[in-house]
Amino acid sequence: MQELVNRAKALLADGTVARVLGWKAGEFAYDPEPAFFETEEDLKDFVYDGFCGANLSKYMIEASKLEGKTLVFLKPCDSYSFNQLTKEHRVDREKAYIIGVGCKGKVDVKHIKEAGIKGIESIVGADYPNPAETLEIKTLYGDKTISYKDAMLERCHVCKGKDHVVFDEQIGESADTVDAERFAEVEKIEAMSPEEKFAFFRAELSKCIRCNACRNVCPACSCRKCVFDSTKFDSAQKANTTSFEEKMFHIIRAFHVAGRCTDCGECSRVCPQGIPLHLFNRKFIKDINTFYGDYQAGEDIEAQAPLTDFTFEDREPGQFAERG
Amino acid sequence: MQRIGVFVCHCGSNIAGTVDVKRVVEAIRTEPGVIHAEDYPYMCSEAGQQLIAKAIEEHKLTGIVVCSCSPRMHEATFRKAAANAGINSFMVEIANIREHCSWIHKDVEEGTEKAVILARAAIAKLNLDTPLQPGESRVVKRALVIGGGIAGIQSALDIADAGYEVDIVEKTPSIGGRMSQLDKTFPTLDCSACILTPKMVEAAAHEKINIYTYSEVEKVSGFVGDFKVDIRKKARYVDSTKCTGCGLCQEKCPSKKAPSEFNRGLNTRSAIYTPFAQAIPNVPVIDTENCLKFKTGKCGICQKICAAGAVDYEQQDEIITREYGAIVVATGFDTIKLDKYDEYAYSQSKDVVTSLELERIMNAAGPTKGHLERLSDGKAPKNIVFIQCVGSRCSDGRGKSYCSKICCMYTAKHAMLIRDKYPDTNVTVFYIDVRTPGKNFDEFYRRAVEDYHVNYVKGQVGKVMPQPDGSLLVQGVDLIDNKQIKMNADMVVLATAIEPDPSVRNIATMLTASIDTNNFLTESHAKLRPVESPTAGVFLSGVCQGPKDIPETVAQAGAAAVKAIGLLAKDKLTTNPCTAQADILLCNGCSTCANVCPYGAISYENIQINDHGIREERRVAVVNNALCQGCGACTVACPSGAMDLQGFSNRQILAEVDAICR
Amino acid sequence: MSLNNEFKPKIVAFCCNWCSYAGADLAGSSRLAYPADVKIIRVPCSCRVNPMFILRAFEKGADGVIMCGCHPGDCHYSTGNYYARRRMTLLFSMLDYLGIERARTRVEWVSAAEGVKFSQTMNEFVEDIRKLGKNVRLEDLRCRN
Repeated sequence: MQELVNRAKALLADGTVARVLGWKAGEFAYDPEPAFFETEEDLKDFVYDGFCGANLSKYMIEASKLEGKTLVFLKPCDSYSFNQLTKEHRVDREKAYIIGVGCKGKVDVKHIKEAGIKGIESIVGADYPNPAETLEIKTLYGDKTISYKDAMLERCHVCKGKDHVVFDEQIGESADTVDAERFAEVEKIEAMSPEEKFAFFRAELSKCIRCNACRNVCPACSCRKCVFDSTKFDSAQKANTTSFEEKMFHIIRAFHVAGRCTDCGECSRVCPQGIPLHLFNRKFIKDINTFYGDYQAGEDIEAQAPLTDFTFEDREPGQFAERG
Repeated sequence: MQRIGVFVCHCGSNIAGTVDVKRVVEAIRTEPGVIHAEDYPYMCSEAGQQLIAKAIEEHKLTGIVVCSCSPRMHEATFRKAAANAGINSFMVEIANIREHCSWIHKDVEEGTEKAVILARAAIAKLNLDTPLQPGESRVVKRALVIGGGIAGIQSALDIADAGYEVDIVEKTPSIGGRMSQLDKTFPTLDCSACILTPKMVEAAAHEKINIYTYSEVEKVSGFVGDFKVDIRKKARYVDSTKCTGCGLCQEKCPSKKAPSEFNRGLNTRSAIYTPFAQAIPNVPVIDTENCLKFKTGKCGICQKICAAGAVDYEQQDEIITREYGAIVVATGFDTIKLDKYDEYAYSQSKDVVTSLELERIMNAAGPTKGHLERLSDGKAPKNIVFIQCVGSRCSDGRGKSYCSKICCMYTAKHAMLIRDKYPDTNVTVFYIDVRTPGKNFDEFYRRAVEDYHVNYVKGQVGKVMPQPDGSLLVQGVDLIDNKQIKMNADMVVLATAIEPDPSVRNIATMLTASIDTNNFLTESHAKLRPVESPTAGVFLSGVCQGPKDIPETVAQAGAAAVKAIGLLAKDKLTTNPCTAQADILLCNGCSTCANVCPYGAISYENIQINDHGIREERRVAVVNNALCQGCGACTVACPSGAMDLQGFSNRQILAEVDAICR
Repeated sequence: MSLNNEFKPKIVAFCCNWCSYAGADLAGSSRLAYPADVKIIRVPCSCRVNPMFILRAFEKGADGVIMCGCHPGDCHYSTGNYYARRRMTLLFSMLDYLGIERARTRVEWVSAAEGVKFSQTMNEFVEDIRKLGKNVRLEDLRCRN
């Protein structure tokens, strides 16, 4: 971690970059947050450990408008989001100095709390580059432990791999943390009856409080003005809880990011209600892969996105309809 | 808020028969924005239009909803009426309560209820309408004719005679098309070449006509009045500016085994060739697949002996890009492949021929120099059987469902010519029906039967079996005498179905002109606009639109030309204002919309924006309204909803959905 | 049997102006009946159909939504229906995933000459929806049990 700080200081000092976009220590051991650092002094709060799950790509939209370059730290999976944003002309590659930072899987306090661990005072073992196999947690109710794997974010169980798709330099090693089948959850739902599917999603979506955290964190939801805030569709009716947008928000959002979502999993990470929002995006990804060939958004800037492309032989929408 | 007038048409009893028109009027009176509603027996009539105009004036209406027939029928009428009465012609919505309602429902209750809902949807949409102004686009004063057969030649001549430049693009080395392959023509029996050649010469000599032979249309962009077309001029390997057409190269060419396309493969030609003696231009091409120089690198005789120095092995394909105001498609036809009709032994015996092959056999310039003889042994056939409807009017899926239209007549012609020239030959025709509608057609057929004693048998042939002695055993049925027939023939002629030339599919795709399941180009209206494609600026000439004979083809070619001339005569066209618009405050500049635009109408500009006090330079989408055709692909691709379609906006369509699902 | 007791589904049909809307007109002028439950919305091209429109229809209580366009290869705008095909394939698969029966959504390519196909398609579709009964799901997606 010190290596990252040293490098940031050097790049600030020699004028290569005007600011640094990284993670800043939070109030607790488990809540570092994205932050801009403009001086060497600021960097004393810089942190990079297992809790730095936040994907910094989206902050580069605003940073691209600022004078000078911004040093940004991107984990391998974050680099896909950055690439996708470059492709959509939302970030300026020239305005970014990218350090591809290593990642060995990110943990989240949500999973620790889900394991019944409450009153957390401190957590040991989430360091980078050498995370412990087991996190040791001091709580008001005594010492607890949880395995690093069990505390890991859902997205890390289906890790995209160790490679950065875009960077200026790389620091630190990565580990491929895949230990689950990417589409297993989607397939489980697909196998349900219509009634079960609906019951499942209604139960999940009814938890939604429309805080917009998912939308605000999503690197694909990068629109200057979202359709949900636009008068061009009849979808901006904030006050009306029975309105179209309230009910359809997540489905419309998933469709809007279909073919653009890199599956970074930030939506599920930030949802305060614990809704597995990635299940919508991943369904689209699975369908796209199945119907139109494997496609990973953000992997190749030149690739034609599946929804702006076609072949004459594409399958028919009715091909899987069972009549009668 | 709009001030809307709703006008419900009875269409005589067409609508009023199943829709209680008065109830519709009463039901929609309370809809938002509606301040006037009335019904009338015929809204489209002069009196009906006056009634609308009067209401617009009296009630100061800002828009009208007409509940009537399909907008495809009278939208233009009512738009004009609205404009005459002083409101914007795009402040008109049609509720289709005839085709989509009264004509398909029998129950008045049901029909009325649906008509009310359709009217509500139109009112909801009109409430969100905004006045639109059509733009203008230019008309390039030049026409493209695709195909150089009689249809293309006639269209080109007519357009050129009206004073406009015309380019003909023909994929084979010469113009002339199928008609140049025919021997005589029905019902007058004049020689095909004798009437066609002067037309070919006239086209070639016409100062307004430019002919690209051995060329194909490769790419089409643009739209009515302003098409941009790439033409691939295939390398001939002979410089047409130098060639004198002496024909020595063809004589000396050592590679003479290539099947002659012009003679339907019945004989061979040299590797450097002109397809036929009267070819225009009279400039040979080298067929590289058969040329020894291209195959082995050795030879080069033609280059050596060409006194004009016209042979150029280095010649390359050339792409010519030109602009056109109108395009006439005249791609013609071919006969179908007979591989699914093995029972007629076409692939087994040289003496089973198609009618088009027979044309070549009977022609003095054909493989037998015009002597009717069997291709297997050169003997004169004594018994000839004609089989009608081979692949036409077929219901078993092997052939075409349609009637090829020309076969009855040309078979009568063939039969008559053979009986005339070789009176000792017996001619039998197996037919399902003999169809002879046309001027002097039935008289012609009766002459074949009555004067020339051609034996017409109503019935079908089940099988043709080549016999060891070289004859053909024909098994069929005579439906009138209800008996099996077995007869020996020396030659069998198949009246093979015709189908659009396969090249038409590709051309239709490039032109975005629609084609039917048989690959015939679709006309804009089967009865009222038979020579226009639904794609504006594209006109149909000849068999590409449907089977027809020469006089019909020429007539249609002329009609297509007149339509093209009508277009070219205009200096400006008004453009559809229902185009896409990007809201620059919402646009992300992400380029997604440009990716799906089929017209390249969207570009990006960096412009200074003032977004509620935030001043910054942003990359935003800009739609070229002259290029945009209003499909709406971009509006759905746009993630932020910045792109919207005038006349079919998101809010308008959502309002219609709401009105229907209310 | 009283007509009033019968389930009357709400069905929205999006038809492209050039082929399917004309096909529907032909069905009309050929007097090829189909149930009055089907209401047609005219769009310039199938590619104008925003998934939002379909979601809106379901949210407002539609029991089925069908989109009709030109046959692939015949689009008036040359490529519109190819995009529409991908969009609808993904949307309908998503709706199925949410528990909206497949048979409630349909895409059919109907040319201007296919009045018979238009009528047959609508008859079939309405019959399918009637068998499924009222669709309440999407209206209800974010309510507690």
